[in-house]
Amino acid sequence: MTGSGLPVLEVENLQTVFLTDAGAVRAVDGVSFTIGPGETLGLVGESGSGKSVTALSLMRLLEEPARIIGGSVRFQGCDVLEMSGEELRDWRGDRAAMVFQDPMTGLNPVIRILRQVTEHMVSHGRQTPAKAKLRAVDLLRRMGVAAPERAAASFPYQFSGGMRQRVMLAIGVANDPALLIADEPTTALDVTIQAQILDLMRGLNQEFGTAIVLISHDLGVIGTVCRRVAVMYAGEIVEEAETAAVLTDPRHPYAWALVNAVPRLDSPAGTRLVSIEGGPPSALDPPPGCRFAARCPFKLARCETDHPPLMEVAPGRRARCWVTMDGTPLPPPPVAAEAAFRTPAPEERPLLEGHDLVKHFPLSRLGFFGKRPVVHAVNGVDLRLRRGEALGIVGESGCGKSTLARLVTRLHAPTSGTLRFDGQDITHFTAAEMRPLRPRMGMVFQDPYASLNPRMTVGDALAEPLLAHGRAATRAEARGRVLELMATVGLKPEWAQRFPHEFSGGQRQRVSIARSLALEPDLVVADEPVSALDVNVQAQVLNLMLDLRERLGLSYLFIAHDLAVVRAFCDRVAVMYLGRIVEEGPAQELFARPLHPYTVALTSAVPEPGRERVVLAGEPPSTLSLPEGCAFRARCPVAQPVCAEVRPPLAEVAPGRLAACHFPGAFSV
Amino acid sequence: MVAMPATRPRWRRRLRRYGPAWVGSAIVLAWILVALFAPLIAPYPPQAQDIVNRLTPPSADHWLGTDVLGRDVLSRLIFGARLSLLAGFSVVLLGAAIGVTVGIIAAWARGFVDEALMRFTDLVLCFPPIILALAIAAALGIGSTNTILAMLVVWWPKFARLARALALVQRSQEYVEAATVLGLKPVRILGRHILPNTLGPLAVLITLDLGNAILTFAGLSFLGLGVVPPTAEWGSMVAEGRELVEQWWVATFPGLAILTVVVGFNFLGDGLRDWLDPRTRGR
Repeated sequence: MTGSGLPVLEVENLQTVFLTDAGAVRAVDGVSFTIGPGETLGLVGESGSGKSVTALSLMRLLEEPARIIGGSVRFQGCDVLEMSGEELRDWRGDRAAMVFQDPMTGLNPVIRILRQVTEHMVSHGRQTPAKAKLRAVDLLRRMGVAAPERAAASFPYQFSGGMRQRVMLAIGVANDPALLIADEPTTALDVTIQAQILDLMRGLNQEFGTAIVLISHDLGVIGTVCRRVAVMYAGEIVEEAETAAVLTDPRHPYAWALVNAVPRLDSPAGTRLVSIEGGPPSALDPPPGCRFAARCPFKLARCETDHPPLMEVAPGRRARCWVTMDGTPLPPPPVAAEAAFRTPAPEERPLLEGHDLVKHFPLSRLGFFGKRPVVHAVNGVDLRLRRGEALGIVGESGCGKSTLARLVTRLHAPTSGTLRFDGQDITHFTAAEMRPLRPRMGMVFQDPYASLNPRMTVGDALAEPLLAHGRAATRAEARGRVLELMATVGLKPEWAQRFPHEFSGGQRQRVSIARSLALEPDLVVADEPVSALDVNVQAQVLNLMLDLRERLGLSYLFIAHDLAVVRAFCDRVAVMYLGRIVEEGPAQELFARPLHPYTVALTSAVPEPGRERVVLAGEPPSTLSLPEGCAFRARCPVAQPVCAEVRPPLAEVAPGRLAACHFPGAFSV
Repeated sequence: MVAMPATRPRWRRRLRRYGPAWVGSAIVLAWILVALFAPLIAPYPPQAQDIVNRLTPPSADHWLGTDVLGRDVLSRLIFGARLSLLAGFSVVLLGAAIGVTVGIIAAWARGFVDEALMRFTDLVLCFPPIILALAIAAALGIGSTNTILAMLVVWWPKFARLARALALVQRSQEYVEAATVLGLKPVRILGRHILPNTLGPLAVLITLDLGNAILTFAGLSFLGLGVVPPTAEWGSMVAEGRELVEQWWVATFPGLAILTVVVGFNFLGDGLRDWLDPRTRGR
């Protein structure tokens, strides 16, 4: 190995711009950091902060109209910015490797896994083809790919996202690189799979001494892998320190906001999250002072005029802030008063009641005489939601939670079971019969970009339900109510004439919430309403939804994959696995003392520092054919022979606590 | 501070991206103006015969020469533009209207209605279009209205297919689900949500197809079906000049007219497609 004493990567004053018609957009503006051999550094920031462009600049992977206009990148002493095309090709994938966010498109779909893993070992002259094959299988095994010999002969489409990310990592480390850059490697994955991949990366760093740059929007993810972290805002590093120090005692107000915007599993219920209003400054024409000044709750007079340099605020930590330059910590966020929700009376008729709901989707036939495969999305769910209550549904992707949301709003018709809304049996209602009930149930969707018609102004979109249900005869009549709705969700009245693409993701989600409230519903079904948003925007939207719940007395069916979000929002939580509820109970108790082994694993997989981790092996079984007995048994650490024979029913284990397990509470961290 | 490199000249990128589209729209616009103001521009009436000066080559009196009956080729060309453009627009717009209606209904209804409508569409599509149009036009009798009707019969299916595919994509979008949850009636969802969002790609096909329709109409006229003889029409003008090898101007100029219109619409359609594509837009 050459130059082992040198730092692996030295970045100095890196500047990358995008040349656009409107001028040069400064995506990365003077970023500097150093990574020694075997060190780990996280880059964190909201979308558009320049973290991905930094990574692409390091690998020289940018194309016009992006251009690196200044600074230096030295890899083990060689200047990367001076390398020729051929030198770059030799260097990339050999000494430095990169893993991208989307495992679904990162592999070539028509080449077998083995060839994709061996390809660059052979092309960089590291191995003979025969040796490369042996090494590839060995690498796949070490990355935790089950049956690596068979996997090597497969095509990428036969693999799940988590498996593909393992293959990508195997490709990344095949030539023993000195540096691995991972750009949001787990963002597209479920929380238990994410825990597996992060474990793997920690192992790579410890076993092979690979230096890692991990890019993520989630400080928790970075905290589990990286010793140091650099927080980016508007193209600059605003704080650089040990990850643990930033998490407990952030010294830049932006880092402070990031840390406190994330709901935590152990925070009290109903607490408001810290959110900062506004958005990042224009990258075309950054303000003269501190770039965060406009949104900063601690700002001084000086912040508007003087641009702070990155200053040493404590031994080993630097921050770009005038407030903390003398080493004072930032105050902890104010703790909001406990929320006062209306406690629902138990004898009241439930607003929504589902009994043994089942939804199967037949797929198209495999061949002319073939059988129709059936996706078993929801396999018998009992559900009760009282007035004024918020019920959370959590689970990993494919567990049927979104299908359940579409069943209770009758976007889908249930295959079997019964569904009652306010006492009325709506299981077999036609679309026309449902229409008079529609005003009473609102829905908020996951993707704020897809859930608004791009060719309708926000004002028209909000007026539409009013006109369709005869709440207003004309557009002018609806206008008053539209403005009222916009004020409710914190949008300015003059924005009514704008089209959705003129809004940010968080603002669009507010529009979506306003639309769901237009007809004054009793029930709001929210399907992953915050999962597509940055943490700060997520905090804003969650706070808004909590406020509305208190003010309007709404009932929520809240669907999410993020446990902490559900914990912050809901009274009761149901955990779903493979189309069934495996555990249900009051939010606080359920997360504090989970009974079902799956809930134990889920809560422990949340990337929060200091959390004891149970890494679940394997992945959920296919929904095409349901396993006999308990669906979770193949991944369960406490499974017994009986689990393979008898499916445990959802039964009351303790007062108010239901679990579908033969041995509830047998497994804990 | 590092010196900021200058952005590449904007006009050069614009020209490379939008140049052909501008040329295309200029050609199309010019032909539309010619067709609209034909009586003012044309130096002679299109049917005026001057047997003495038959088959004269291009000259100061007759810029594009005269044909077998001594009619001015330029004047006939100018009046021919009216018929060609009218035929093109009516076939494509009416065809699109029928096709889009069928396609969107099929996409919304799914199940049996979808199957029935789309299999009927397939049935029409599986005949060779020109031959089917020829047969229908021959059965209806010669005349431009009948030819346009015949072309309509073979023209709508491709719009039905495209509109169905586009509507299916929009149908699965969350905003359509949102509209359903709000309790909107299907007619409203189709008209206010799905249709406006399918118009972009449809506009591209309509534009590209205008050239195609004009070419087909000229082709049918060339075969003797489009128009009743004295009427000026490009396809029939080419047919009249087909055997006159020495008098090249009789067939060449109407041919060039067809060529420019088709190229114009194609450039315009390509430009429209690039402009509507969000991936290439704003770069």
